[in-house]
Amino acid sequence: MTTNLEHTRLTHLQRLEAESIHIMREAVAESERPVMLYSIGKDSSVMLHLARKAFHPAPLPFPLMHIDTTWKFREMIAFRERMAQEVGFELIRYSNPECIEKGINPFDHGSALHTDMWKTEGLKQALDLHRFDLAFGGARRDEEKSRAKERVFSLRSPQHQWDPKSQRPELWRLYNARRNPGESVRVFPLSNWTELDIWQYIWLEQIPIVSLYLSAPRPVVERDGTLIMVDDDRMPLHEGEVPQMRSVRFRTLGCYPLTGAIESTADTLTQIIQEMLLTTSSERQGRTIDHDQDGSMEKKKQEGYF
Amino acid sequence: MAHSSELIAKDIDEYLRQHQYKSLLRFIACGSVDDGKSTLIGRLLYESQLVFDDHLAALEADSKRVGTQGGDLDFALLLDGLTAEREQGITIDVAYRFFSTERRKFIVADTPGHEQYTRTMVTGASTADLAVILVDARKGLLTQTRRHSYLVSLIGVRRIVLAVNKMDLVGYDRAVFDAIEAEYRAFAARVGLTDITCIPLSALRGDNITEPSPSTPWYTGPTFMEHLETVEVEDLAHTQPMRLPVQWVNRPDLDFRGFAGTVVSGTLRAGQRVRVLPSGTESTVARIVTFDGDLEEAAAHQAVTVTLADEVDVSRGDVICEAREPAGVADQFEAHIVWMHEQELLPGRPYLLKIGTRTVGATIHAPKYRVNVNTLEHQAAPTLALNEIGVCNVALDRAVPFDPYADNRDTGGFIVIDRMTNNTVAAGLLHFALRRSENIHWHAVEVTRASRAQLNGHGPALVWFTGLSGSGKSTIANLVEKRLHALGIRTYLLDGDNVRHGLNRDLGFTDADRVENIRRVAEVGRLMADAGLVVLASFISPFRAERRLARDLMEPGEFCEVFVDAPLEVAESRDPKGLYAKARRGELPNFTGIDSPYEAPEHPEVHVRTDEVDPQEAVELVLNHLRAAGIIPA
Repeated sequence: MTTNLEHTRLTHLQRLEAESIHIMREAVAESERPVMLYSIGKDSSVMLHLARKAFHPAPLPFPLMHIDTTWKFREMIAFRERMAQEVGFELIRYSNPECIEKGINPFDHGSALHTDMWKTEGLKQALDLHRFDLAFGGARRDEEKSRAKERVFSLRSPQHQWDPKSQRPELWRLYNARRNPGESVRVFPLSNWTELDIWQYIWLEQIPIVSLYLSAPRPVVERDGTLIMVDDDRMPLHEGEVPQMRSVRFRTLGCYPLTGAIESTADTLTQIIQEMLLTTSSERQGRTIDHDQDGSMEKKKQEGYF
Repeated sequence: MAHSSELIAKDIDEYLRQHQYKSLLRFIACGSVDDGKSTLIGRLLYESQLVFDDHLAALEADSKRVGTQGGDLDFALLLDGLTAEREQGITIDVAYRFFSTERRKFIVADTPGHEQYTRTMVTGASTADLAVILVDARKGLLTQTRRHSYLVSLIGVRRIVLAVNKMDLVGYDRAVFDAIEAEYRAFAARVGLTDITCIPLSALRGDNITEPSPSTPWYTGPTFMEHLETVEVEDLAHTQPMRLPVQWVNRPDLDFRGFAGTVVSGTLRAGQRVRVLPSGTESTVARIVTFDGDLEEAAAHQAVTVTLADEVDVSRGDVICEAREPAGVADQFEAHIVWMHEQELLPGRPYLLKIGTRTVGATIHAPKYRVNVNTLEHQAAPTLALNEIGVCNVALDRAVPFDPYADNRDTGGFIVIDRMTNNTVAAGLLHFALRRSENIHWHAVEVTRASRAQLNGHGPALVWFTGLSGSGKSTIANLVEKRLHALGIRTYLLDGDNVRHGLNRDLGFTDADRVENIRRVAEVGRLMADAGLVVLASFISPFRAERRLARDLMEPGEFCEVFVDAPLEVAESRDPKGLYAKARRGELPNFTGIDSPYEAPEHPEVHVRTDEVDPQEAVELVLNHLRAAGIIPA
């Protein structure tokens, strides 16, 4: 029987959307205390939008949690608060108290320690504190080579460790979220999305994003070939360093001292997409963390980084 | 090129409008490193401009350092993910790659080809619409080519691209290509594959990848990329009757009750008559609710929320079906089983089985036969080990809605989960339901203790908890039963409460009655153990002789005496039922410990000192003994 297939066939974005919704519903149905990790970036924004679709007309059946390193761009925090209000989700903000006490920062302690203590440790603490047994993350398989084999449902030990050797096979639309006491599951509903898909979807669905993605004159200094925005006066300037106003935007968002800006005049969504399609450097290049050592992302993942 | 730079630069809005309507093609690439599979996929990413400058710089550096192409770009290095694998130079897991062109977005399941990786191939094929099978032109069809073809065919991938790679190394010889094509078509027909496109190419040199190669003027078919972009993929999901496995009941308030799920096949329509399985209740679709407004209809793969016209009891795991063509409902099946775990199949052991959105208890019988994936021969086999495929009967503890896998991947495919580790240990493809009469006793001529034990997946036992009133026997026995139950062990707990009110209603508390009480309990325990259960008996049972009687009724090793040892002061201070107080007041004559003796066991299998261990630890002691005795799986 051949029917009019084109009529019923979904576009690739509709397929991706439906798949993500399916994943989220499975995850919620098979967990007791789910949480969505909210990083405020574009992927998180898409994930939040998809979650609203998945559970409509009910409110989100889980809270959102932001692991706040206190070094995020101020605009990100403002956006976070605005979204919590507008969408009406429950927001958990968590900052590692040990980092606050010791004043961990990327300048004195280096990017590796800073990220490990604030993000990796902070996340583990927050998950333990709230006894979450399932956490949604916005990671995509196309982001980094080691993620190409990451499962959609990824089991973590009670110590939050990821064992690349004992991953469960995932067939069809069947996900196995079962776990023993103490174990938890990380779920990545955006696994099959690419950066281009994310932008196209944001454009199509008019999803709000932090304006740091759009170009604007911002005060920056150039360090080791990277443009760093001077977002507040905690940033120690080197001798002779004077912040300059330059038209820049960000391809990824993290801690402002660790996030490189790119010079750009793209100040609309379509211009960003245009620039992305025409440029030739990959997304995570702006993040200092990946360059620490070869295979470093994989190492971080085993330790519990998202 | 893959993306029209000109249009992007000139009119990005128009470009985006065009690109909203791309379709999605998921395919699996089968072959080994030697066939140039990684090079081919790396080439596709490169050609579709998804290799960025910084990746390219890393690639150039890596190619010089560890590349196998003598300093030339080694595209294969774009793919390997995990460091350990990179060192070994092989990929050992399914990796998903993405690229897109003007017409389509592609998701590639990149799977290694070695024999021991049947698991990854089957996983990758499960979501694929098409399979690319690589052949090295110099070597022609290999055993692995046949294996790959059988596996993708088994999983229901009907459309094949035979990529005859390394044509440059055979001088672009048409005769070589034609011979491989002819041989492949003949073989493929045997495994039911008829929709085959053969393309001569060189992934390394780029021949017939995106542009027709000048070296193969005799080849007039599409290039590899052109074929992937244009091939019409029939999606069975669109032509099969409507099925919607319910994932989640959406009930924000008393006025709304919706059933959230993905339409896995057919078309869901407002006003459609539907049947909810397994209950069989019928109703009509009232609304198809989405965040973006109600829909008149929803196609296969769409995720929606349905409301029904009638108050129907629907929960997660149910399947909403087109009423005129509902799915079947059964609890016993024949199925292909692909074993995916290092720990082999234990026929008769209780597993969990997840089909659609429903998880049920399941046992898998010994294979009727095992398939040799290289020769396709059927072989006798007592079990299935990692990467082995066989045909088995599967019995579920509840009836589930299903379709044959050949008709519907979503309602006919299942995974098997180990109850203790929660690992996914197998995948299965349903063939058909078995009629009960055909399969009540499969091969057992006589039903014996051993065959019951095999069916249960554990041995029988009588676990006898003895100790003073208030010692904690019942607490521990209850916890043990819960744990055993969670482990899939069939149990029954006998205690004063359920025996004294019925079977032993006529007995009092004289010594003679106490003996008779224990004798009857021991006999009932033996019968239940004969039936295959792990029976837990929790009785004060103060006399050694009666406990001895119970022990002697059982086979050696199947009786487990658990002495729940609490000092009298402790038990009396707990006195949960106020019995000691009554006994002290003389209102309860013959009360053990007060005016009737308790004979402590001399050699109990498990000795629980309740002043030293807590109930959870006591449970572990009992479980450890049952494991060591081989009653329950280690």
